[in-house]
Amino acid sequence: MKFTWFNLMPWPYLPDDFREKHRSVWVDIDSKLFDPVKSHEVYNTYLDLLEYAATLGFDAIGANEHHQNGYGLMPSPNLIAAALARRTEDVALLVLGASIALYNPPLRVAEEFAMLDCITGGRLVAGFPVGTSMDTNFCYGTIPALTREKYREAHELIMRAWHEREPFAFNGRYNKLRYVNIWPRPIQQPHPPIHIPGGGSIETWDFCLDNTYSYSYLSFTGYLRAKTLMEGYWERVAQRKADASPFRAGFAQTICVADTDEEAERLYSPHVNYFYNRCLHVYPGFADAPGYRTIKTIQKGVLSQYAPLAGFANLTWKDLVEGGHIIAGSPETVRQRMEDMIKGLHVGNVFCLLHVGDMPKEKCMYSTKLFADKVMPKLRGIFSEYADDNRFWCKPLAKRARPGSLPAQLEIRELAGKEA
Amino acid sequence: MDFKTIQTARVPVRYFEAGSGRPLVFLHGAGGLDLDQNFLNALARKFHVYAPLLPGYGDSEECAELRDMLDFTLHGWDIIDALGVRDPILVGHSMGGMIAAEMAAVSPHDVSRLVLIAPAGLWLDEHPIPDLFSAMPFELPHYLFHDEAAGAKAFTGNIDLTDPAFLQAFLVRNARQLGAAGKILFPIPERGLRERLYRIKARTLLIWGQSDRLVPPVYAQAFQRALPHAELVLIKEAGHMVAFEKTADVIGAIDRVFDEQYVA
Repeated sequence: MKFTWFNLMPWPYLPDDFREKHRSVWVDIDSKLFDPVKSHEVYNTYLDLLEYAATLGFDAIGANEHHQNGYGLMPSPNLIAAALARRTEDVALLVLGASIALYNPPLRVAEEFAMLDCITGGRLVAGFPVGTSMDTNFCYGTIPALTREKYREAHELIMRAWHEREPFAFNGRYNKLRYVNIWPRPIQQPHPPIHIPGGGSIETWDFCLDNTYSYSYLSFTGYLRAKTLMEGYWERVAQRKADASPFRAGFAQTICVADTDEEAERLYSPHVNYFYNRCLHVYPGFADAPGYRTIKTIQKGVLSQYAPLAGFANLTWKDLVEGGHIIAGSPETVRQRMEDMIKGLHVGNVFCLLHVGDMPKEKCMYSTKLFADKVMPKLRGIFSEYADDNRFWCKPLAKRARPGSLPAQLEIRELAGKEA
Repeated sequence: MDFKTIQTARVPVRYFEAGSGRPLVFLHGAGGLDLDQNFLNALARKFHVYAPLLPGYGDSEECAELRDMLDFTLHGWDIIDALGVRDPILVGHSMGGMIAAEMAAVSPHDVSRLVLIAPAGLWLDEHPIPDLFSAMPFELPHYLFHDEAAGAKAFTGNIDLTDPAFLQAFLVRNARQLGAAGKILFPIPERGLRERLYRIKARTLLIWGQSDRLVPPVYAQAFQRALPHAELVLIKEAGHMVAFEKTADVIGAIDRVFDEQYVA
């Protein structure tokens, strides 16, 4: 099992009447709600929490990319990963991911991932999302019906840049480059492992299988609702006659741990409420630009999780726990339900959303520590038969540079070769 | 509406054909031909009307190779070539007006008369055109019709979004049609037409609904500035779907302007 500690980095100061007064947390969110001075504290706390998780035995800490979004303060996940690269030593950095279709040229992503891999000594797990319609189409202006073609071309360009050892010309439809020759190149050869977050399109599943990438389903609605979709994925894996390694799949799950179930509700209910009832208040018109999703996918009934038919009703703690949106309670309750989730969905990678909504750092640390000490160890052994499958995880250098290893001031003269 | 199929260079095209006389090719807006039946029938009393569906509209095949404005423009000419039509009157509504104007600009000697009905294609920062692509179905009548209630009935009368089967069909249709339209309209319905309008030689008639809230009449003036010889007919009590709401007035304007031309 691989556990990644994840923080979406929500803005914690959305007003109580946000749902009533504002139409969307995303795309056209009121910019006056963002306070740069307050964000200084917010960002640094969030980075501290990621670093804290790194000390507790999580396999990775993660960052992702959203734009113009009140629950995701990471327009550039690579900046967050860079900040973490120098403050952590052994943990993997999972960037899930950089939206490759949004960069012009997308070579930028190949370069930045290579830099991160070099700086961290091969601790990078990379992600290539198509990006949500909100981010890709409405914020970044990509034409919906051309998004996937542009994504495929960006992917081809990045892969060729990582694989080929001589400068080459790339004559794409969206990128025309005479001399592709990235410098630096990643430590992990030919490239870091790749995870593909997707909403459930068949095309994405096939893409993952064709390239031996891990497919990640990042939903906020929890593991009960994910069952049908993940079963579809595993059916596809079987149809394609690929092996059923659980590391071919990842799942994001909101998790809250306390001493008892009652304490979990008392401590975390307001923050869970903030996330589900405020942060996910997305204007449905932004959920799915016409042409973004393929016809085949719509016909399969895969619709955007951001525009549920009945809208996101005001969900109570009970609704969210019973509906499986969140896994919350005592370590034993959480362990049981995590095991159900992991086995039920057959997922080897779990992205643990242990910071939720406007949760203060103390509660987040408490929940994270309990999970790391009392839940994670008991789940470690699941899928032990696949423990040797290292296709989907990073392979760091055995001997890695340590930050802050310059010689002491006193030794400098001598080391520099000066006469004493 | 009955459709025929004709093979073009890139994709089979479905088209409606009616009437006889001088050939007139009508290019529909982003909503397709659904509300144009009466208008086309009225045109067919005087002209030989051809109304092709753009790829992805109605039951027509999609065409992934059509990506940008030039592709759409040349596809328009491919249709006309395939139909064997020479020197047509070119009529376009909204997105179809944008395509018709581009066609007349790239091939100015092949169009003698051009009718642009509330065409898209220009952008004024002071008057941003509402974002059709994020609009919810129930929001559209406000932008499309002068008489919102009557328009809503015609437009969304049969939509039952609580029925999952219907919803899926609706979403598929929307993804096909607006997905295709988005290639030239998303996220800003402007692809450089302003720089090419000077090439148009055809006698041009601009028709606009006075209460157009999607492409407001200030855009009529912007087109007129770029097409100094174009004639503008503003129609009262009509919105963006002017040919649906005021069919007789639109037909009358076309007749009047072009009859004068026949006499002259």
